Amino acid sequence: MAIESDAVEQELELAIHPMDQFLVKPLFGGGHGDIGMFTITNATLWLGITVLCAIALMVLGTRGRAIVPSRSQSIAEVIYVFIYKMVEDITGKDGLKYFPYIFSLFIFILVANVVGLLPASFTTTSHIAVTATLALIVFVAVTVLGFVKNGTAFLSLFWVSAAPLALRPILALIEVISYFVRPVSHSIRLAGNMMAGHAVIKVFAGFAVVTFISPAAIGAIVAIYALETLVVCIQAYVFTILTCVYLKDALHPSH
Amino acid sequence: MATETNGAATEHAQGMPQLDFSTFPNQIFWLLVTLVVIYFVMSRVALPRIASVLAERHGAIQSDLDKAEQMKAKAVEAEAAYNKALVDARAEAQAIVEATRAEIQKDVDVAMAKADAEIAAKSAESEAAIKEIRDSAMSAIEEVANDTAEAIVAKVMPAAADKAAVKAAVSARLKG
Repeated sequence: MAIESDAVEQELELAIHPMDQFLVKPLFGGGHGDIGMFTITNATLWLGITVLCAIALMVLGTRGRAIVPSRSQSIAEVIYVFIYKMVEDITGKDGLKYFPYIFSLFIFILVANVVGLLPASFTTTSHIAVTATLALIVFVAVTVLGFVKNGTAFLSLFWVSAAPLALRPILALIEVISYFVRPVSHSIRLAGNMMAGHAVIKVFAGFAVVTFISPAAIGAIVAIYALETLVVCIQAYVFTILTCVYLKDALHPSH
Repeated sequence: MATETNGAATEHAQGMPQLDFSTFPNQIFWLLVTLVVIYFVMSRVALPRIASVLAERHGAIQSDLDKAEQMKAKAVEAEAAYNKALVDARAEAQAIVEATRAEIQKDVDVAMAKADAEIAAKSAESEAAIKEIRDSAMSAIEEVANDTAEAIVAKVMPAAADKAAVKAAVSARLKG
């Protein structure tokens, strides 16, 4: 990507376009044209690849149903038990009926993040449109669930009964603000982490064309790639654990 | 990327593509499709399958542990039975030894008693024989003394020869 034949860029030698990788383009028709709601784009392609990888891991990987698991089955089981324990520990036994939703969320983010690390791939979770949708789904679902389960008692989430009476209205205001900021931080945390890491890799890749910096640049790419491998898993984990915490608030709103 | 060199190559991102709101409906639509597909595949196929595998494994391990527990109990039982048999056998052996010893003792006692009786009978017999011999010897001595005394009396003083007096004197002397 960095080596483009644009005349101006050839003069500059450096062609760093770290944001190009995030462009959403139609997959067919030469890569231009309007993007309608149902247009098949590179985002569609990589969402599809994410689905296929998730199915490959969780369905094909477990098709042996072995008592002594194969490697892929162990991975699927480890992820299952990890998320199951997380949901059980944070939300309690009554949160377990939401386990399939939370698991689907986790496996989507994890696989999308990991697939996004492939060179020349498109990282769907680096787009605020995607992460904001995920965060809003969680936010709306948790808020509706909170009111359905607890009625108006759900509002006690904002009324800190442990605090002195005089402080409670101020705390309530802060709690309400922090509650509505949740989807923002929830989504920007994931998209920001994805975007920043990938952009930094691209910047170093751009520097790699300059002969005397290239060893350092390539070393930096390797190092950041390793870091990103960690970050993509941690961000999937963080998104999921926050979802569990919000769900716990909806099920047990009292402080 | 070869196609990008012609025309499309100039299509670089202006600012952040993330904030290009014209792509939002498209991304959100396909994301929702993705999530629905993932949710159905996970909740209908993958998760129940893994749950059943985990439950099955848990059951298998549990039943193996139970079996091991039963085997252990059986082994303990067998050991107890073995120990009991050992103790019984030892007690029986002890009893047999005791009975045999008593029997032998009885035989020995019987034999001793018989031998004692025999010895007693023999010694009584011998004593009787000795007494008889002594008696006969005594009577012979008395007779000889009488005869001798009579002869001496008759020789010394024939007038005073009195058989009865001599006999009484001799027997008085012998007793004294």
